[in-house]
Amino acid sequence: MSITVKFFARLREQVGKGDASLDTADNVQSAWDQATDGMSMPSNTLCAINMEYVDAQANVNDGDEVAFFPPVTGGSHAQ
Amino acid sequence: MPSEIRTEAFDPWQETQQYQQNHLTNGKYGATASFVGTMRDFNQGDDVTSMTLEHYPGMTESYLNKICDEAKARWDLLDCLIVHRVGEIFPNDPIVLTVVWSAHRKESFEACRYLMEELKSRAPFWKKEGLSEGHRWVDKNTPG
Repeated sequence: MSITVKFFARLREQVGKGDASLDTADNVQSAWDQATDGMSMPSNTLCAINMEYVDAQANVNDGDEVAFFPPVTGGSHAQ
Repeated sequence: MPSEIRTEAFDPWQETQQYQQNHLTNGKYGATASFVGTMRDFNQGDDVTSMTLEHYPGMTESYLNKICDEAKARWDLLDCLIVHRVGEIFPNDPIVLTVVWSAHRKESFEACRYLMEELKSRAPFWKKEGLSEGHRWVDKNTPG
């Protein structure tokens, strides 16, 4: 088993990849640190584990999918 | 499921009619409130020629369904529907459709607004605008 990391939208472009795989991570912040080689996480980053919103300190378990993305902008045409 | 992600252009009026025929019982609903978000050809003073909508497959659908369930728990509704585009879209293309059916108008008006506002703040979608010179990510939504 391993941990899958996903990046979306602007973050995917900034990090330079959409996916990463990790052997282990204590929490969401540590998954970010490992998957981005220590890039600093933008303050407005949203985090999810297994498709549910969590904060950066949430624990990560083997087999989890951890996702990082910028603030969401769905719906009608936005500013 | 009351929510759908579409990769091709859709007709919001046809979607509404079709869903109503397939899921609602004639004579039971007295109010149908709908909202359609359509792509503009301008934003922040610039001409916008296209837009690419990205989503998180799985999480997006799950949140749209969750928002529909919350609305049904909060108001006395008969049903609701959300249809949202992803992929490359162009001015005048519908982006999103929310529809609520209820016995009385108050519930459907309020719930329709709830669906849109919650969708905009919680469902993982991102927009990238195509301008005459390059692209830019949309960072925040307009106030409702």
